[in-house]
Amino acid sequence: MNIVVCVKHVPDAQGDRTFRESDNTTDRANVDGLLSELDEYAVETALQLVEADGGEVTVVTMGPDQASDAIKKALQMGADKGVHICDDALHGSDAVATSLVLAKAIEKLGPVDLVVTGMASTDGTMGVVPAMLAERLGLPQVTFASEISVADGAVTIRRDGDAGSQTIRSGLPALVSVTDQINEPRYPSFKGIMAAKKKPVESWTLADVGVGPDEVGLGAAWTTVSSFAARPPRGAGTIVSDDGTGADQLVAFLSERKFV
Amino acid sequence: MAEVLVLVDHVGGTVRKTTSELLTIARRIGEPSAVFIGDGYDAAKGVLAAFGAQKVYRVDAAEATAYLVAPQAEILAQIAGAASPAAILVASSAEGKEVAARLAIKLSSGLVTDAVGVDVTDGAITTTQSVFAGSYTVKASVNRGTPIIAVKPNSAAPEESPSSPSEESVAYTPSGASAAAAIVSTVPKAASGRPELTEAAIVVSGGRGTGGDFSKVEAFADSLGAAVGASRAAVDAGWYPHTSQVGQTGKQVSPSLYVACGISGAIQHRAGMQTSKTIIAVNKDPEAPIFELVDFGVVGDLFAVLPDATAKVAAAKG
Ligand SMILES: Cc1cc2nc3c(=O)[nH]c(=O)nc-3n(C[C@H](O)[C@H](O)[C@H](O)COP(=O)(O)OP(=O)(O)OC[C@H]3O[C@@H](n4cnc5c(N)ncnc54)[C@H](O)[C@@H]3O)c2cc1C
Repeated sequence: MNIVVCVKHVPDAQGDRTFRESDNTTDRANVDGLLSELDEYAVETALQLVEADGGEVTVVTMGPDQASDAIKKALQMGADKGVHICDDALHGSDAVATSLVLAKAIEKLGPVDLVVTGMASTDGTMGVVPAMLAERLGLPQVTFASEISVADGAVTIRRDGDAGSQTIRSGLPALVSVTDQINEPRYPSFKGIMAAKKKPVESWTLADVGVGPDEVGLGAAWTTVSSFAARPPRGAGTIVSDDGTGADQLVAFLSERKFV
Repeated sequence: MAEVLVLVDHVGGTVRKTTSELLTIARRIGEPSAVFIGDGYDAAKGVLAAFGAQKVYRVDAAEATAYLVAPQAEILAQIAGAASPAAILVASSAEGKEVAARLAIKLSSGLVTDAVGVDVTDGAITTTQSVFAGSYTVKASVNRGTPIIAVKPNSAAPEESPSSPSEESVAYTPSGASAAAAIVSTVPKAASGRPELTEAAIVVSGGRGTGGDFSKVEAFADSLGAAVGASRAAVDAGWYPHTSQVGQTGKQVSPSLYVACGISGAIQHRAGMQTSKTIIAVNKDPEAPIFELVDFGVVGDLFAVLPDATAKVAAAKG
């Protein structure tokens, strides 16, 4: 089975994430980054499927130079090769442009059985790139998988929707996104870390995937951020220690705020 | 006045509150047209009329609901092609956002998800979003095509505006790839008798601190008429269903009141509740990060505080 996993390099959520004053884009230069935690589940899913049925896992990322760290981590976990699409023109790209570049890169890689992604990035958190990728690639969309099985040329997932838990099935090839319920991502082993050093990583430019510089980046975004503002810090709340009157004070607060 | 398409969010004709909020927002932009896909229209009709739909597009084709997401995007694109709406509004649920995502590509139109506010000045639409786990507020607008906006629940107070909408039946046949990801079965969520988590005005959540006993959390929630949520630690332990998880990889809620019980307040949990208007925590660790967010906090054992508070709320309500 040929599996492509799309991953993202994101600012560490434990650090202070912010915006660049100059152009209202996410500040990626002044923060530590890492492979989006939610994409680890996608890498793990692909590895388990290939371990069971054979095949190859290719990791694709789009992002600045540092984004190669995300590929490295995936290769250390066990993926076979990587593709890094890196181009100055990509700065400020939105989900629409990201899905375009990833779709073109996947097409360039040739026939695949599965494209696997995380459910959302931990920074943008829109969760729309998988659906956009399916739309662009004309692949069946099999998203938000909390369980997955692949057999007889078909993929079956469990999707916990708003109205209930659904079973979705589709023939291959297909696009799958996975949630953090699906597995426990492995830590890279020492052997994995050493092996990753010899694994091939190709670096592609926009021209390599056949996308024009005017189709990506901040200038091509179909939405414009007019302003951003740090949320005013919440006024220091009242904190009481329960000395037996905690519930009384809690209920007094509730009635003061008219919840009771 | 131009039409504004609103995708009706419903389960078998039971319309979610978000739809009445979307119709209310749509009236600020133009004339709301509801798009109703699936069964149960007779049950839905009254709500759509009460909140001012001028027109209802009805899609009965069984194929429209037999496959995941893709048909809904195709239907909206088809209707938008004929109606040239001023905007298209969907609920910012996982599924709603996916429909919006595909639609944006189909229509080459800008998309805003997770909007918590939609303002209209002289016909120009500005959205408000809350990003980075609620630590920033972003204002944005669509500069290309038909604005497609996924709006979070509780982003507008629904206002009634009775109308008698015209109805138009829309024929639909899915294209190849849209008829591929089949919904084989759906196990409906067990009815809890409580409000829907994402729509509730009050949410009471429990975490690892419950030790697996959610009865005190549920009783307190019921005294307030609240929905019950859970942290991922509680969900991972199998104490509460995944569909009740609040946070980055669960539901994002924005109620008037959020009460976190035995929840430490990890960044991923905050991502799902930080925009709540009032926040209360009950936690026995005074150093728990959740206390940085609260309007009111009790440092104490939830097994002592909640039952006492439940009784007092019940008494106060008479
Ligand atoms: C990729 C990723 C995604 C995630 N997504 C989510 C998500 O969507 N939602 C989410 O919630 N988490 C999510 N998490 C997990 C998150 O990081 C935390 O691990 C989780 O929120 C902790 O849950 P908790 O607060 O219930 O447990 P803990 O952090 O263990 O906190 C338990 C709290 O209960 C208190 N306590 C214990 N006993 C009592 C008592 N008797 N009375 C009162 N207080 C008591 C303790 O003092 C403690 O503060 C995610 C993590 C990752 C890596």
